[in-house]
Amino acid sequence: MFRRVLVANRGEIARRVLRACRALGVEGVAVYSEADADAPHVREADHAVAIGPSPARDSYLKVDTLLAAIRSSGADAVHPGYGFLSENAAFAEAVAGVGATWIGPPPAAIAAMGDKATARRLMQEAGVPVTPGTDVLSDVEDAAAAAARIGYPVLLKASAGGGGIGMVPCENEAELRKGFASATARATSAFGDGAVYLERLVHGARHIEVQVAADDRGRVVHLFERECSLQRRHQKVLEEAPSPAVDGPLREALGAAAVRAAEAIGYRNLGTLEFLLGPDRSFYFMEMNTRLQVEHPITEWTTGVDLVQLQLRLAAGEPLPFTQSELRQEGHAIELRVYAEDPAKNFLPSPGTITHLRWPSGDDVRVDAGVENGSKVTPFYDPLLAKLVVRGATREAAIARALEAVAATEIEGVKTNLPVHRRILEDDGFRRGRMSISYLGELMKRPAG
Amino acid sequence: MSTQVEAQITGSVWKIEVTVGQQVGEGDVLVILESMKMEIPVEAPTSGRVIEIRVEEGASVEEGAVLVVLE
Repeated sequence: MFRRVLVANRGEIARRVLRACRALGVEGVAVYSEADADAPHVREADHAVAIGPSPARDSYLKVDTLLAAIRSSGADAVHPGYGFLSENAAFAEAVAGVGATWIGPPPAAIAAMGDKATARRLMQEAGVPVTPGTDVLSDVEDAAAAAARIGYPVLLKASAGGGGIGMVPCENEAELRKGFASATARATSAFGDGAVYLERLVHGARHIEVQVAADDRGRVVHLFERECSLQRRHQKVLEEAPSPAVDGPLREALGAAAVRAAEAIGYRNLGTLEFLLGPDRSFYFMEMNTRLQVEHPITEWTTGVDLVQLQLRLAAGEPLPFTQSELRQEGHAIELRVYAEDPAKNFLPSPGTITHLRWPSGDDVRVDAGVENGSKVTPFYDPLLAKLVVRGATREAAIARALEAVAATEIEGVKTNLPVHRRILEDDGFRRGRMSISYLGELMKRPAG
Repeated sequence: MSTQVEAQITGSVWKIEVTVGQQVGEGDVLVILESMKMEIPVEAPTSGRVIEIRVEEGASVEEGAVLVVLE
């Protein structure tokens, strides 16, 4: 096992990784920007290194400064968390270059899955279903011909993209011709690479993802699915496991496809395969996240596996401590992402100082928070304040616990999306498990009450 | 009569979309702020001419700070 792990992140996920380090008897090193000097993750670490000014590009995204922090702290491994540099193959390689272990997959796997067109091709070769679509398009005529072949509606996507940025849905050829220029321009400005490709748009689809884990010996297992259909602006809001739309045979098919995908690219450590699940139960590979997911706690609470400790063990060269047949998915877990944003003002971010804070408590509630009473919520980073995670023997029980958890949470000083969670949890469609990716957008358009 | 256009949120100035002397219409985007990884456009509340720009790209602004003055 490692002696000292540097956590190249902040907020709730930095605290989560430091907890796992403590449990394994490993020292934790925090890094922090000026805005985060008083943050809980800095206090909770065994060592802390200042890495510069508040904007992320001057601190948490600054490779040279982070490499210097790794050297000066004597860390022998680096956990990148999620976001920031977690899916940056060059950084992963540079970490190895200064003699530390990257707690994640090989840089080549990060690079292969980071380029969405390459990822699609590799998955096709591995026999994993992908949405009918194209490779990178050469020009608008190429796009029009391909769309005619695939059939409308289609989605234009940036090859270097992610997070929904640069995606343009097109219902017909006129929209495609107009959309091609804007998708290319957006891809160029956001990712420095204007390459775009086309995919069939699946109406009424759900977002279902499968957790995988792989060891150094090339053994791969899956830890079942998570339902992540509830999203706003391509940002997940509420996740649950298991998915109400997935039964035994479908779960087995999804799991087998995810394992096949990971094996095909020589994957190591933890990863997540994202699939679109159509109303007809067909599923298609969307992308692979080559890192720990925000919503990993719902898998932990339905499998009993501590995923972050598992990441450390796998990175240290230990074999998977279980076989596929030893893994079980039991009970039901729901994660509510608490964002500092104002639902009354079209979800405008809501920076400020937290003047009063109370979290729910109990054996079946887990709060992974990045803030505490008195914390300053600054405009520099993403608006995630905390994750409220609940569990129950059944989905109904978990929903009831989630409503109790929302009612017991008190946050003053910043606006939050807690009222949106209450609405979702009380909505008949959600309670019946009838969601698709467009569900939350449509719910928000309906008048409340 | 002049109109002061304020930041509706604390954040930083990502882009300034107008220049002094420019004529703008109601709803035109004057400035784009960035806060919590979101782009937030600041629109002209009325039509008019830009007579003053009080911020620079990259600057931090507090909610309520005057960004642009229209006439």
